[in-house]
Amino acid sequence: MFERLGAGPRAVGEIANDMPVSRPAVSQHLKVLKDAGLVIDRQAGNRRLYEVDPSGVQQLREYFDQFWDKALAAFKEAAERGNEEDR
Amino acid sequence: MTEATMDTSAVIRDVTVAVPIQRAWDVFTRDFSTWWPSAYSIGTEPMETCVIEPHEGGRWYERSASGAECEWGRVRVYDAPQRLVLTWGIAADWTVEPDESKHSEIEITFTAEGGNATRVELEHRGFERHGTDGAAVREVVSSGGGWGSLLEQYAQATQRAGG
Repeated sequence: MFERLGAGPRAVGEIANDMPVSRPAVSQHLKVLKDAGLVIDRQAGNRRLYEVDPSGVQQLREYFDQFWDKALAAFKEAAERGNEEDR
Repeated sequence: MTEATMDTSAVIRDVTVAVPIQRAWDVFTRDFSTWWPSAYSIGTEPMETCVIEPHEGGRWYERSASGAECEWGRVRVYDAPQRLVLTWGIAADWTVEPDESKHSEIEITFTAEGGNATRVELEHRGFERHGTDGAAVREVVSSGGGWGSLLEQYAQATQRAGG
């Protein structure tokens, strides 16, 4: 589950202070988000700042580009199955 | 991250089903749970049922066996049996976005072809609305693997797509 932090990129230390999760765990979670292409990080002085990667939006679109094929195939199969089965 | 131009154009699909338009509509809406791939759920508990409330302004949500509900979006148009418009309110980081202006939109139209077939067209558009102006940061609150299979599937899907 995710929780919204608020406006503005945050450093890991700031993130960890807001939540009941240890700082290394926050770093680990951010790394997973980063590996999934949803978060980018950049160095600002001696801090790493994390922001939602705008290309996460594109990945969302690509996900649906594949997903709707599967969904509509499943819908077609269900629609064409005998009426009795769906009562 | 790459500097490639972002493509957020609409996803457009269609399928023709060999049933009359009313049945096509009913299966899509009333019987949504009977065909929606069960692996594609958002909540942390397995999805038992998924509901499209049959009116404008209605909710589109999944419910687990324990009664926990997770809203996916809203019903913008419910014009049986021809036109359904839903909003998709799960943001790019898989959080529920309460602000409907940040939802993408899914329009599904049903067109009779003869008496016994229906063309169903789907357009999912407005992906750019899920963007954040670059300002918001999401954190992960772990609760025993609350990540869920969805993000893993999502990551796998994007990798398969070469993303």
